[in-house]
Amino acid sequence: MRMANLTLIERIETYAGRPEELIRVLQLVQNALGYVPKEMEQRIADALGVSVGQVHGVVTFYHLFRTRPAGRHTIRLCLGTACHVLGADRILVAIQQQLGIDVGGTTDDGRFSLDVVRCLGTCSLAPVMMIDEDVHGRLTPEKACAVLASYAARGEERSE
Amino acid sequence: MSPHELLVCSGTACRSAGALEVHARLAAAIEEAGLADNVDLTETGCMGPCAKGPVVRVLPDDVLYTEVRPEDVDEIVREHLRGGRIVRRLLWEENVTSPAEIPFFTHQHKNVLVNSGAIDPDRIEAYEARGGYEALKRALTEMTREEIIEEVAASGLRGRGGAGFPTGRKWRFAYDAPGDAKYVVCNADEGDPGAFMDRALLEGDPHAVIEGMAIAARAIGASRGFVYVRAEYPLAIARLRTALDRARVHGWLGTDVLGSGFDFDIDLRIGAGAFVCGEETALLASIEGRRGAPRPRPPFPAQSGLYGFPTLINNVETLANVRTILRDGAAAYRAVGTTSSKGTKVFALAGQIRYTGLVEVPIGTTLRELVFDIGGGVPEGRALKAIQIGGPSGGCLPADLLDVPIDYESLTEHGAIMGSGGVIVLDDTACMVNVARFFLDFTASESCGKCLPCRVGIPTMRDILVRITEGEGEPEDLDRLHELATLVKSNSLCGLGQTAPNPVLSTLRYFEDEYRAHIEDRICPSGVCEALSTPFSIDSDACTACGQCAKVCPTGAAHGTPGEPPYAIDSTLCIRCGACFKVCPFGAVTRGARS
Repeated sequence: MRMANLTLIERIETYAGRPEELIRVLQLVQNALGYVPKEMEQRIADALGVSVGQVHGVVTFYHLFRTRPAGRHTIRLCLGTACHVLGADRILVAIQQQLGIDVGGTTDDGRFSLDVVRCLGTCSLAPVMMIDEDVHGRLTPEKACAVLASYAARGEERSE
Repeated sequence: MSPHELLVCSGTACRSAGALEVHARLAAAIEEAGLADNVDLTETGCMGPCAKGPVVRVLPDDVLYTEVRPEDVDEIVREHLRGGRIVRRLLWEENVTSPAEIPFFTHQHKNVLVNSGAIDPDRIEAYEARGGYEALKRALTEMTREEIIEEVAASGLRGRGGAGFPTGRKWRFAYDAPGDAKYVVCNADEGDPGAFMDRALLEGDPHAVIEGMAIAARAIGASRGFVYVRAEYPLAIARLRTALDRARVHGWLGTDVLGSGFDFDIDLRIGAGAFVCGEETALLASIEGRRGAPRPRPPFPAQSGLYGFPTLINNVETLANVRTILRDGAAAYRAVGTTSSKGTKVFALAGQIRYTGLVEVPIGTTLRELVFDIGGGVPEGRALKAIQIGGPSGGCLPADLLDVPIDYESLTEHGAIMGSGGVIVLDDTACMVNVARFFLDFTASESCGKCLPCRVGIPTMRDILVRITEGEGEPEDLDRLHELATLVKSNSLCGLGQTAPNPVLSTLRYFEDEYRAHIEDRICPSGVCEALSTPFSIDSDACTACGQCAKVCPTGAAHGTPGEPPYAIDSTLCIRCGACFKVCPFGAVTRGARS
């Protein structure tokens, strides 16, 4: 854990004095940790030579930065136009019921985080969700729940 | 047997439908059958008909197989590749074998998408074999910088990202602007819900975009470029990375390209999820590592852009047009399109339309050709209600405007915009007030908050729409919406706020009846707004007792005996979910009067 953190800090240091790399550095941190912890904001600010306010401003401005730990799988349910007219609302309700979490939340077992996004650009498959980097399309509430169940099964195989 | 080439579409849509498994099975089956020397298997970018994916095209016979499953692969190899017999059950339609016979393809005119779906985007050699980088070569060895700009200006190309600004003029501004350094930026922050042409282009033909950027850089005198691409597009990012590496290895990027003294390289910048970053000054702020807030123009980015230097910003599709202009000449390019809008435009078809997907047509094609001849119309026998074009900045056009030609001026005149080319088809189950509310929800949450008209005006309009959909509408609301829309449109700082009222204005213009039904009669005619829903009933004359309504009814309210019309709906059990209304093939289910 400490080693991993050191490496990350070192990687941040490679951007020392380059404020224009702030978003890239935040992406690096989020990719490594799954979110941007509050404590990291000061370190990033010091390394890049910007104020911590500026770092926090950027973190909270962009939707993709998380300030809380994420689950092992991130669900991004699309609420774009095509998905909306084809019933994304009902899918959202079904997912929330199945996982027992709200948008922005993470399941108690740490398996799933649920986010909603405005358009995944796969409107031809609407309604759509992305889990990590995989797109699942033509969803119905039942199909969405089945997809989640398949990830749950896979996750257990991996950890046991 | 004769040699074959198999093209497997592996765009994002086909991938999610299982294209990679199909590809893997094909590779194994071809190997097993001992055909590896005779068959080329190629993973391509998007071929367009996403609704029919995964699609596999067999050349030179030109047979298109649709909805191919891994378990179909052995039959394709055995029957088609070995036996020379077409696998008929996988065709688009019975006896329709080739794209040359399918209206979805024959009504298109491919220029920008010509390589997408035809070549392996990861192989630069395939791009070069089809004339790739010839235009850049011409720009570097045969043309002066002024001549390049003149050619682009003469072509009549206009920005494909939304506003339609003449590209040649934009290049001229950046060329004329004094600066020690200049930049070229490709705007690939495709944020409009409903638009996915930039994603498909980057996935299917990334070199066309890189070549366009390099030509632009040569013309304006830039030595560095950026592609700002959405994080939501991992496949496009991966393909772009590979393409940039290959272009460097092949000497199309780097120092002293082709010995011409031209130095140019491109960096990727991955977005972090903010719709407003599609606006050019916000995008530049984001590349500089800041919050994506727009700033007033002038100065325009062409004068003072990235880090204060002159910066040319073009959209993905615009840049992908450049190489044809230089290769074939402006005159050939101008031969397609209308008097004021030249060339082709890529449209993304989605929503309640049979063939969702990506298509390219000459500018000036009518909405009818786009939605019916190419898109196959509205599925399940429902009626077309509206076409939403241009995303959150665009508008909803009613079915009686189907013969409007799609060009910048005509769409603006009718209250929509070309935008990036997202087309969402809405059938008669859509509520237009709800659609307007949806877009304002979107723009309200994506407003950066810098200027007041946008920050406050959009949520205020949204709240009125919410009230209307919840049955709390007042007769004065229509005037309030008009007034607010006009205020926000004329006083917002950037394009987001200036265009956000368009969905409201266009639905008020064409669907005022629906607003009035919500406000005055407290009815949502399409049954979408729950607070205004009424029980359904069945028109006994139209009912054929097919039993579909009873099958989908979750509460048993719809009931009857198959073959003995009519069915009926018990209003005390009806939960107004609308499932029967949607499923009835005969339009026999109607909304009852409000009690």
